Order: sequence, then structure tokens, then C-alpha cells
Amino acid sequence: MTRREVSAHWPLRSVQRRWFLALTPCLLALSVSCSKKDEPAAGSSAATDAKPSVAPAGAGTLTVGFIYVGAKDDYGYNQAHHEGALAVSKLPGVKIREEEKVPETMDVQKTMESMINLDGAKLLFPTSFGYFDPHILKVAEKYPGVTFLHCGGLYQEGKHPKNVGSYFGYIDEAEYVAGIVAGGTTKTNKLGFVAAKPIPQVLRNINSYTLGARSVNSKVEVTVIFTGDWSMPIKEAEAANSLIAQGADVLTAHVDSPKVVIETAEKHGVFSTGYHASQANLAPKGYLTGAEWNWEKVYTAYIEQVKAGQTPEHLVRGGFSSGFVKLSPYGAAVSDAVKAKAEEAKAKLTAGTLVVYAGPMKDNAGKELIPAGTQHPQTDITLESMNYLVEGVKGKLD
Amino acid sequence: MSATLGLWGIPLAVLGGATRVSTPFLFVSLGECLTERSGRVNLGLEGTLVMGAMSGYGVSYLTGSAWLGVLGAGVIGWLLGALHGFICGKPRVNDIALGIAMMLLGVGLAFFLGKPLIQPTAPRLGAIPFGSFSDNLQLRAALDVNVLFVFGVALAPLLHFGLQNTRWGLVVRTVGESAEAARALGYDVNRVRLLATAAGGFLAGVGGSFLSLYYPGSWNEGLSSGQGLMAVALVIFARWSPKRCLYASLLFGGAGAIGPALQSVGITTGYYLWNAAPYVLTLAILVASSSATRASADMPAELGVAR
Repeated sequence: MTRREVSAHWPLRSVQRRWFLALTPCLLALSVSCSKKDEPAAGSSAATDAKPSVAPAGAGTLTVGFIYVGAKDDYGYNQAHHEGALAVSKLPGVKIREEEKVPETMDVQKTMESMINLDGAKLLFPTSFGYFDPHILKVAEKYPGVTFLHCGGLYQEGKHPKNVGSYFGYIDEAEYVAGIVAGGTTKTNKLGFVAAKPIPQVLRNINSYTLGARSVNSKVEVTVIFTGDWSMPIKEAEAANSLIAQGADVLTAHVDSPKVVIETAEKHGVFSTGYHASQANLAPKGYLTGAEWNWEKVYTAYIEQVKAGQTPEHLVRGGFSSGFVKLSPYGAAVSDAVKAKAEEAKAKLTAGTLVVYAGPMKDNAGKELIPAGTQHPQTDITLESMNYLVEGVKGKLD
Repeated sequence: MSATLGLWGIPLAVLGGATRVSTPFLFVSLGECLTERSGRVNLGLEGTLVMGAMSGYGVSYLTGSAWLGVLGAGVIGWLLGALHGFICGKPRVNDIALGIAMMLLGVGLAFFLGKPLIQPTAPRLGAIPFGSFSDNLQLRAALDVNVLFVFGVALAPLLHFGLQNTRWGLVVRTVGESAEAARALGYDVNRVRLLATAAGGFLAGVGGSFLSLYYPGSWNEGLSSGQGLMAVALVIFARWSPKRCLYASLLFGGAGAIGPALQSVGITTGYYLWNAAPYVLTLAILVASSSATRASADMPAELGVAR
């Protein structure tokens, strides 16, 4: 309904936008050539037309806006970001402003603009993947004095505005270790993975989890169920039930909130490993460990950079070694032998001596993916367009 | 752990899905069926369902009793239904428009009040283990049936009988077929509709509590995703018969379980299509059962009257 309302005003807006677009090259040139101190001025001149100018931030106080697509206490993706925001709010001279349940539509543009114009935010973290194109890109062009940092690693040098950056973590390192724990704990050798959509990031987690599990137990099979979307509680419960019925005794999920899957596993007395944030207190008996984001580390570093007057890096990525990802504490059901194997792998991943995607590797139809002797280390960009399932995963992509 | 059933798991999962997924559809469609038989449409049941889910979870969390939660959800649903019935009783109020307003109100209110309920864990409803005779895990999972489902299944023929064979059933049907005739007989049309809408709201609220207290069994904002609206459509599909509402809900629930069940045995081709199975099936049956001559014979006549 709001969308329709907005599009009614759209012609008017696009006139403004053209005005801005015409101005943007000059502004960009200005903001690049000017020293950092002049940047707020450039920002406010951009906003003169019909918009109240950017409120000057109080001396030394940095207002940071966080935008979430769902509830900030969802035991999942949004909670992980919210925990990072909470850590940021404790820094001296930083004020945070949060908004939950903002859809990936024109709504997020309105939210960003109101955070900039009404709250005087100088740094925005619109966290959901779908906010980037076109929403962040549009608003970023309009407000060159504001920095936009997006979770997902979509930034392209030269193509996207200079005041935009993106960050992402190699969470599949943590998935690999969680896979070791799952593979070492399973008794049926069947693991279940409830996933939203077959996109590269999800496939990478499924594959790393499988490779981890099979590195300690070659008999392990991972069955994947795609629910079709990020938040489908009933489908997720139905998927978890089906996996348990087929004999899976460790479940995990890559959806916005793994809550339903973890709770269903606990109800049926099977194990689970978590994702995004810790779900340990949802499953005191069966929770083994989980792959968690550690946004606190990333956000704190960004804020220090901004406060020191530096331009934040455009592309930031990291795994265990840079502290971007972490593991949930091991559950009671994890044996010491399994813990030792997991810790060993974690240490090697941290040191960079263990490469997850190393040949020889086959996909689950027997086709060779990586020839013997070839390695794709974490930073290899080809991994980010992954379109296969490795040997040991039950399921097909088409 | 016993051997698994492999491909036999699919019909079993469909059976299990039919009992689990269908329950909210069943309650909402029975409630709406009663309301529509009295000649009024309550589109707000989606909001009632979500409010019921939220308040059921909240009451269960606060009192420690899941059954009090079910009752609480029913009472909230009853109040929302009564509000709809009361406002619709005013002259020149359009029940469709009001229903949409009530839907948005219910959903918004539930999200607002339900904020603090996303994290806590409330006591849930248990299941009756009809499959305890078997040591086969799948069979047991499929035969774990919630008491609310049993209530719903019993309620459908009961409501059917009540509408066809009792005095109040006759009154409801009369009001739904011809308000003038009912008035001539001395019945207060608005009062009958108010009671029917409130009772329908009660059932929808109970259906909501099933979502948050049994399956999937937690409160969050994506919980309903339009099931209340689908259930209202099911009433038309079931041609205003409580018994057919039961069949339609079972069919819908079972079809919804096909997608995940197929993937769990490794058949992943076209899962988007399988996930759409309930809707495809609905369309197919609607087309197959449509008739040019007796299209709306079962429709309460007052529903068609523009007010």
C-alpha cells in the first residue's frame, strides 16, 4: 500500500532526482578534491533542494543508523547485526538509531533519508542484502556526505558511489568447523540442512559444512531442503520434520532465523548447529555449536576509522583470522575427541594453513570441480559465484 | 533408531502435514463459514489469526499454561469478531472494507504488542502420540496429532449438523438467505450476525494459537504469511459447507507438505513448483467443479447483496 502511495509521487521525485544526477558529478569531484573537513558542507548543499539540510552532528558525536529487515531479536541474521549495534552504542561519542522490519522496497530509502535528515546520521548500516541495489545506491548519490556500509560484499570499484562500502565475512570457515562437530557427533551419518535459496553464499555454507563433516567422517551425507524464501516458519518446520523423518540426527539452517529449525530439532530429540547468532538457549540438550557473525568487531573498527576522519575501506572481508566470525560455545553433547578435531581445524583456518576448497574435489554428480593440486583459498573471487553442490550433498540445483 | 522408509516417507509426510499444516486453515475456515452463512463476510480473520497467535503465546508465557493461552487467543478473537460484527451492524457499513481495516489493525497490533514475545520461550501444547505402537520414527512423527486438530475435525460435522438440523442453525441460515424474511419472523438480524461473527472470530483466534503454541510453535512476525486470507478463500472453495471446509483444509495442508517431503528424499527438481502445489490443486479443483448452471447455488443469498 505504501509502495503505491510512493509511486504516485514518483514523477515529482524523479524530477528532483534528475536535478541531483546532473549535480552529482560536480559534487563527487568536489568531495574528492576537497579535504575531509569540507565534506559535510558538500553533503548539505546536496540536500538544499526541498529537503532540510543535514543536521550538523554535535561536536564529536557520531550518529550511526542501523536498518534491519526483520525483528532485531529474531535469534538470527538481524539479531547478529543488532548485537554489533549494541556494542557500537557503548563507544564514547557514538549515538545509534535503529529501525526494524524495513522492507527491501522504497521504504528503506525513506528510512535512510529520515535517519539522515531527522537524526543527523553520518554513517548508515542498512544490513539486508536487498537494500543495496537500487536503494542504497540511489540515496548514496543524493547524500555524498554520508557513508553507507552494506553487508554483502557487492561494492564494485568505479561503478558504485564513493561513499558506499560493503563488508562480508567468510562464515563458511565457521560452517566448516560446525560441520566437523556435526559429522563427529552424528550416529545415523545423515545431516539435514534447511536453506532458503540456492544462491552462492548459501551453497558455499552447505558445501563447507559438508566438507567439514566428511573430513572427519567420510560416510556422512547432507540432505538439503530449500524453502524458497528467507523467512517461512511453516515450511522450515515441515522441512525439519521431513529431514528428521528421513533419519537425519543433526540439523542446521541457513535462513533469516534458524529458531524454528533448532526448536523443532530439540523437540524431536535430535542435535542441531546454529547460524547467524547463538541459538544455544533454544536447545539446551541438542545444540552442538554454531557459526556466528561477530559484527561487533567489524562495526567497532569502522567507527574508529570514521571518527579518525578516514574514509572507510570500500571492501572488507574476513574470517576467523580477523575475528569476523566465531563459533558458539560447544554444547554438552560434543565429545572431547570431536572438540579437539574442531579446535585443530579452527586453528589451521585462523593461521591460513587449511584451505577448504582444495582439489581433488568432485560435485555430487561425480563431475570434477577442482583438479588435484589446485587450491582456491578463501579470498579467491571465483568462490563467490559458486553454483555446485559437493560430493556428499543430497540434492540437485536446477 | 529404526530403519527409515525412504520413498514411503512421502505419503507419510503428506499425512503428517495434513494434520499439522491444516489445523489453522480448518479453524479459520470453519469460523468464516459460520459467519458467512449468517450473511456477512469477515475478511479480518487474517488479523484475528495473527492476534490469536500473539496473544496465545503471550498468555501461555505469562500464566505457564498453554491451554489458558488457547483460551486467551479465543477470547481475543471473539472480541475482534464482536467488534467487526458491531460496526457492521451500523447502517451503510461495508463489511468487506471494514474487514480489510480489521485485518491491518489485527496484524499491526499483534506485531506491536508481540515485540517482547519474540525471544521468550512459552509452554507449548503437546501432541497425542497415536503412533506410539510403532518404533518407526517416521510413522510416529506422522501420527503425532495435536488435540486442537482433533477438536477441529470433530467440530466440522458438528457445525454441519448444527446448521442443518437445529433451531439456531435455521435462524443463522434464514438471516443469511434473506434478512427481510428473518426480520418478518421477528429475529434481530444484526444480533444474529454479531454473534455469528464473534463465534467465527473465536475459532480463528484458536487457530492462531495453534500456530504459535504447536506448529511451528513460536511467535514471530512471519508466522501467518496470509494463511488467514487463504482460509477465507477456502470457504468459497468449500462452497459454505463445514464438512467440505474440513476436506479442503486437509487437502491444502497435505499438498503443502509435498515440497519439503520430496526434497528430503533427494528429489529437488522444481521445488518452487512443488511449493506452489496447494494453489495449483485449488485452481484445478475449482475449474473441475465449476458449473455454468448452478454456479452459486450454495452461496448464502445475503452475501451477494450490496449494502
